Amino acid sequence: MAKTIIPIGPYHPLQEEPEFFTLTVEGERVVDIDVRIGYNHRGIEKLSEMKTFDQSTFVIERICGICSTSHPFAYTRAVEDIIPVEVPERAKYIRTIIAEGERIHSHLLWLGLAGHFLGYNTVYMWAWKLREEILDVMEILSGNRNNYAMFKPGGVRRDIKPEDIPGVIKKIDSIVPTLLMLKKAVMDDPVLHVRTKGIGILTKEDAINYSALGPTSRASGVARDVRKDSPYGAYDKVDWEMIVTQNGDVFDKVVVRILEMFESVKIMKYCLLNLPKGEIDLNLKDIPPGEGIGHIEAPRGETFHYVISDGTNRPVRHKVRAPTFMNLPTYKATVVGETISDATIILAAIDPCYCCTERMAVRNAKGRKLYSGEDLVRLSQEKTEKIRKGLK
Amino acid sequence: MNLKLKALLKSPWVFHLSTGSCNNCDIEILDCLTPRFDIERFGILLAGSIKHADVLLITGSCNRQSVVRMKRLYEQVPKPCLVVAVGECALSRGMFIHSYNCPVPLDKIIPVDVYIPGCPPKPEAIIAGVVKLIGKVK
Amino acid sequence: MTREQVLKDIRERFMEDIIDIFDKSPKRVYIEIKPESIMKMANYIFKNVGARFNIASGVDMRYHMEILYHFIIEDINLLISLRVKLQKDKKLEVDSLAPSIEATNWIEREIHELLGINFKGHPDLRKLLLSDDWPEGVYPLRQDYKEWDEGAIRDRGV
Repeated sequence: MAKTIIPIGPYHPLQEEPEFFTLTVEGERVVDIDVRIGYNHRGIEKLSEMKTFDQSTFVIERICGICSTSHPFAYTRAVEDIIPVEVPERAKYIRTIIAEGERIHSHLLWLGLAGHFLGYNTVYMWAWKLREEILDVMEILSGNRNNYAMFKPGGVRRDIKPEDIPGVIKKIDSIVPTLLMLKKAVMDDPVLHVRTKGIGILTKEDAINYSALGPTSRASGVARDVRKDSPYGAYDKVDWEMIVTQNGDVFDKVVVRILEMFESVKIMKYCLLNLPKGEIDLNLKDIPPGEGIGHIEAPRGETFHYVISDGTNRPVRHKVRAPTFMNLPTYKATVVGETISDATIILAAIDPCYCCTERMAVRNAKGRKLYSGEDLVRLSQEKTEKIRKGLK
Repeated sequence: MNLKLKALLKSPWVFHLSTGSCNNCDIEILDCLTPRFDIERFGILLAGSIKHADVLLITGSCNRQSVVRMKRLYEQVPKPCLVVAVGECALSRGMFIHSYNCPVPLDKIIPVDVYIPGCPPKPEAIIAGVVKLIGKVK
Repeated sequence: MTREQVLKDIRERFMEDIIDIFDKSPKRVYIEIKPESIMKMANYIFKNVGARFNIASGVDMRYHMEILYHFIIEDINLLISLRVKLQKDKKLEVDSLAPSIEATNWIEREIHELLGINFKGHPDLRKLLLSDDWPEGVYPLRQDYKEWDEGAIRDRGV
């Protein structure tokens, strides 16, 4: 059978992970895949070397809009590792609250888009409506919807006012019933089971060899979570569970993310109720020469920062590793052998970002036929419709 | 006002194009479609293909690799089309001005009609920007 | 295995290859090794000790290039960084880990194009991050990087 080349991309807005996929297909089956990233490279590692340690936090925040807490969190921990120093208890709790709020909104965002790719626009609208509530909470706590600017080396910039806490807790409680409804809607749906179970399986061996991170690895049975392995912030003081499932298919990745949101709600509430009193900042003046490593669990996996200081007020070298940098190559192991209509959801399952999927272009080898990204989503949605009819 | 422009303004279809942004502006643009803001009730629709677009929402700091594609896409838009720069990066590249991979700002590459500042601009600001754009053309 | 056992095991097994061990804190160990022995040490730590590959980071120091391979052993919460120093007056070259550890594939491509270090035996050293028209031999993360694009605009026009 003639081989067909399908270009997907190129735009993709995460910092290290903009991508251009080239799928080689035989009929419906994907036989090979290649990726080219770099459409979003802004040289942040170099820019960070031009700024002072304090200013760098703001550049780091703009690496990714969804992980705008994870990157500063890892960076500040790397700087604190140079000295080394422990931040005050209250700052640790505030950091944990912000990080967990971000996890909920990131997972909701992903859930909505995954629903959209499968033809469940209702899930998309519900999830994003719910996400607005979380963004409101974040706006009350930090003053902005997305870039929170809460972190600085040695502590946090802004305190949480005691009078805000009851309102915030009420708001968090109010999202739980809707979350439960979403969980039931997704996990009890027979059509969704057919579409996602056994699709795009990442085996445990592959997950280990590719060093997959976060929900992608936890869905494959690799219990890997920096919050448990190397506790930071207030995670060792809260009672929470790591969600691990065994199958590694798309459905398990959905389950891990949905169940994680409930854990995040639990952690957030505990931290808000047990916020210790005291300082929120150490007022670090000088950073001594040395090197430091900071790694934390972002919504998508481990974020890793490595900073070298030479005693001046600027870092000499700042290395950033975002989780998708390790997760994206696993696409090679999961998508080969699947059909094109499943490619979108397998791509979405590792939660790279959604924007590329909206600008896919499919072309057959002779270049006669041209599909847009819409058509690919439509193909996927038509398949869901077929299955739905078959079940009835 | 000619007929083409009148038809365009009745229900502008927008296409959003990221040229090396941090994702925040793109999410806020998508956010406008969801129940809380719901700009579809005003006839503003996110188009999946550039061939259907009337308004281009451009985010990001124009990096070397994507700028070539952006120019190519701009040539494919049916004219007349309006260009909106969303977010600080698209306005002036913001803090990425000294980056080795972001050499030229957006408005030196293609003509821009409306600038929406903010990092990221709130969905309300994006809606206000599009409304101002329509008012300006009228 | 406990932390001490792991370190003792590595120290005894690779006595010839290790130049220096810097025990920074209970969670961090930096091991400086000879460039030619990175292959066997990384493979041993990844496959036998059961560590996870975090990332590698290349640094341009004044007289040498440095590559750090970070591995984390999750059970005992120990981050091992293998430090390889490449002298600038010699050829900047080191063995590639990509054929045996799939996870190192991308980061070696990245270091290759941003710092200009060659990885011997890497299956595919194409460009990853920089644009297609980026000139050959210009490495942005080196200390001596200068602006090469004459068309670049660096002022805000106010």
